[in-house]
Amino acid sequence: MKRSLQPTEAPGATAFINARLVDPASGRDEPGGLLVVGHEVADLGPHLRRNAPQGAHVVDCQGHVLCPGLIDMQVFTGDPGQEHRETLKTASFAAAAGGVTTIVCMPDTEPVIDQVALVDYVQRRARERAIVHVHIMAAATRGLKGEEMAEIGLLQRAGAIAFTNGKFSIANTRVMRNALLYARDFDALLVHHTEDPYLSSSATMNSGERATRLGLPGVHTFAEVIVLERDVRLVEMTRGRYHASTISCAESLEVVRRAKVKKLPVTCGVSINHLTLNENDIGPYRTFFKIRPPLRSEEDRVAMVRGLAVGDIDVIVSSHDPQDADVKRRPFSEAADGAVGLETLVPAALRLFHSGEVGLLPLLRAMTINPARLLGLDSGRLEKGAPADLALIDLNTPWVVDRDQMRARSTNSPFDEQKMQGRVLRTMVAGRTVYQYGVSERS
Amino acid sequence: MSIIEPHAVSFSRRHLLTCEGLSAGEITSLLDLADKAADLNRQVNKKRDILRGRTLINLFFEASTRTQASFELAGKRLGADVMNMNVSTSSVQKGETLIDTAMTLNAMRPDMIVVRHHAAGAVELLAQKVDCSVINAGDGAHEHPTQALLDALTIRRAKGRVGGLTVAICGDILHSRVARSNIYVLNALGARVRLVAPSTLLPTGIERLGAEVFTDMWKGLEDADIVMMLRLQRERMQGSYVPSTREYYHFFGLDQEKLSRARPDALIMHPGPMNRGVEIASAIADHSRSVIRDQVEMGVAVRMAVLEALARKLPNH
Repeated sequence: MKRSLQPTEAPGATAFINARLVDPASGRDEPGGLLVVGHEVADLGPHLRRNAPQGAHVVDCQGHVLCPGLIDMQVFTGDPGQEHRETLKTASFAAAAGGVTTIVCMPDTEPVIDQVALVDYVQRRARERAIVHVHIMAAATRGLKGEEMAEIGLLQRAGAIAFTNGKFSIANTRVMRNALLYARDFDALLVHHTEDPYLSSSATMNSGERATRLGLPGVHTFAEVIVLERDVRLVEMTRGRYHASTISCAESLEVVRRAKVKKLPVTCGVSINHLTLNENDIGPYRTFFKIRPPLRSEEDRVAMVRGLAVGDIDVIVSSHDPQDADVKRRPFSEAADGAVGLETLVPAALRLFHSGEVGLLPLLRAMTINPARLLGLDSGRLEKGAPADLALIDLNTPWVVDRDQMRARSTNSPFDEQKMQGRVLRTMVAGRTVYQYGVSERS
Repeated sequence: MSIIEPHAVSFSRRHLLTCEGLSAGEITSLLDLADKAADLNRQVNKKRDILRGRTLINLFFEASTRTQASFELAGKRLGADVMNMNVSTSSVQKGETLIDTAMTLNAMRPDMIVVRHHAAGAVELLAQKVDCSVINAGDGAHEHPTQALLDALTIRRAKGRVGGLTVAICGDILHSRVARSNIYVLNALGARVRLVAPSTLLPTGIERLGAEVFTDMWKGLEDADIVMMLRLQRERMQGSYVPSTREYYHFFGLDQEKLSRARPDALIMHPGPMNRGVEIASAIADHSRSVIRDQVEMGVAVRMAVLEALARKLPNH
C-alpha cells in the first residue's frame, strides 16, 4: 500500500524547545520544552526549554503553545458509502491541519456502522489510510432506527469506543431506557443527539422572528430540551453513562447542570458552531449555516460560552459534517444540514479566548483531557509516557479563511472568508509530524 | 409610449423579491404606475410597446392559474414575448436542480423571469444565478410581493387611502406568504395590521413584524376597515392544525355575524382561490362590499407596473 503522506521525520527523537507548554490535565502553563522519543513523550518541563539532547530533531516553537493534540468526538465522514463527501483519509488530513490528533467517527454512514464487520472494516481502512487516530462510535440501535438495540457488547469488544444514535434521537422511551441499562453493564458511554422528531419534523432553523421573516418552518429549543430532560430522568432510573452530544440552548444547559448537581453520570458537548455563530448568520438563506441542532439566538450562544467557561459543558466538538455543493446549493429548506469544522476548530475556538470569554486552559480542556476521560483514551495530556499526540498553536497571527485552501474533500464551511486570529502550526501523531503549516503534505 | 413619465418612478431595483424593506415611496410609485395601467386596461386598445423585443419567462414550479395568467397578460399588454414554463415538482426531483434550471434559462437570454417555487428563498437563490430581472411570484411561506401590492392598490382605489386604515388578515398566517408581504406593505403605508388565527396557525414572533395578534375573530374584526381572508389548504383542515373544517368555519370562517363586528363600510378581500364554506361564507364572497374580483383586475395592473418599473433598469433601455 502506498501512503500518500510521508512523515517529515521518522518517529525517532524530536525535541520541542522554546515552547509555551499548556496542559489542561495538570493545569500546566509555562515556558519549557518537550522531548518525544518514539511514539511517546519522554520528558517535558522548563529544564528542556533550551536544551535538546544530541541527535534529536529540534523544533524551535518560538514561544508558541505546545499542547496535547485535540480529540474531536463528533466527526461525520462519508466512509463508507458517501466517499464523494469525505473519506477517512481526507477527514484525517483535515484533522491533522486542525491540530486534531484523534477523531471519533459517527456511525451515520451507508451502511450504518451497527455491526462488528463494519467496525472491523472502518478500523482497517483507517489504519491503512488515515494519518490521525480514528475511533468509531457505533450505532446504539440497528440502522439508527431507534427500534432495536445493536450488539453493544460485541461492538465494544470489536473496538467501538462509545455508542450513539447519530443524527437522530431515540424517540421510543423504552428503547432508550433499555439501551442505557444494557450499556451500563459494559460501562459503555451512550452519546445522544436530543431532538424531538415530532416537534422538529420539517423544521429548518431556530424558531422565532428570523424564521418567521424568512418563511421557514422553525424548531423551538424545547424540542431539544424535552428529550434531554427525559433522558436525564432515564439516567436517574438506570445510572447508565450518558453524554448529550451537542446541546445548543440555555435551557439544555440548565438541565445538565441540575443532573450534575444530583451527581448523575451526565455530561454534555457543544459544537464549535454554537459557540461562535448564531441564527442571524443565516442572513438571506445561507445554507452553509444550516446545521443540526440549528444555530440559536445570541442569548443561547452566550449561555453556551458561559457554560463552557465554568465547566458545565464538558466537550467541544467540530461536528465536522462534509456536504458537497450539490446538496448545499439548494433552497434553504431543501439543502442538507451540516458544516465542516475540523480545520477551523482551533481558530474558531480562539475567538472565545481573544474575546476574554474563556481562558486557554478551560478551552483546551474541552478538546483534550475531557473527551479523553469520557472515552477512556490515554491521550489528551502532556505527561511522561503519554502518547506523543501534540499540537503547536500560534495564538495570534491573523488570517482569513479560504475554503479553496481546505484539505477536507467537501468545503461547506460557515467560516469561509471570515477573519481568524491564531492557527495550528504543527501536528504530531504518535511521534510523527503529520502536518506543518506552509508545508504541502501531498509530497 | 410610456404610461408615466420616467422621472416620477422612484422604484429603482433590479429585482422584486420581497416587500420587506420597500419604502412607502417605492410602493406608492408602483401603485401610481399601476393606477394608470388599470385605467388603460379598461380601454379597447390595451396594448403598449414598453417591453417590445423583451422576453419574459413565467417559471412556475408550483401550480397557479391566476398569478401566472395575470403575469402573462401583463407581459403581453406591454409588448413582451411571454413564455410559460411549468416545471412540475416531480421532474425537478428527477435530477435537475433549481440552479441548473436557472442556468439553462439564463442561457436563453430572457430579460425578465417571473418565478414561483414551493421553497422559501428559492427565488432569491435563482436571482443570484441569472443576469436578468427576477420577480418573485411566491416562494414557500416567505413572500408574494405582487399580491400585497395589488391588495394595497385595491384598498387605495376603494378607500382613497391606505394609511390609517385597520386591516384584519384572517386565517392560515403560518403558511402564508401573502400575509407576510401584506404586513410589510401595509405597515410601510401606515395602516394598522391585525392578524386573526388560531394559535396553531400563527408563526412564532409574527407580532414583531408589525401586527397585533388575535385568536378571537369577533374581537379581531372590531371596527376593521378591511377584512382580508386567507385560504386554508385542504390538507391542514383535518386535525393537524385545526380539528375540522366545521370547527374552523365556526370560529374563523367569515360569515355575516362576524362581519357585523367590522365597520359598516368594511371591504372584504381574498387572494383566491376561495374555499367557500371553509374560510368564507358563499354569500359573503359575493357580498356588495366584496372586492375580490377587483383584486384580480388590479393584479394585472400591478404586474404591468412592476414589469415597467423593472424594465427601466434593464440594459439598453
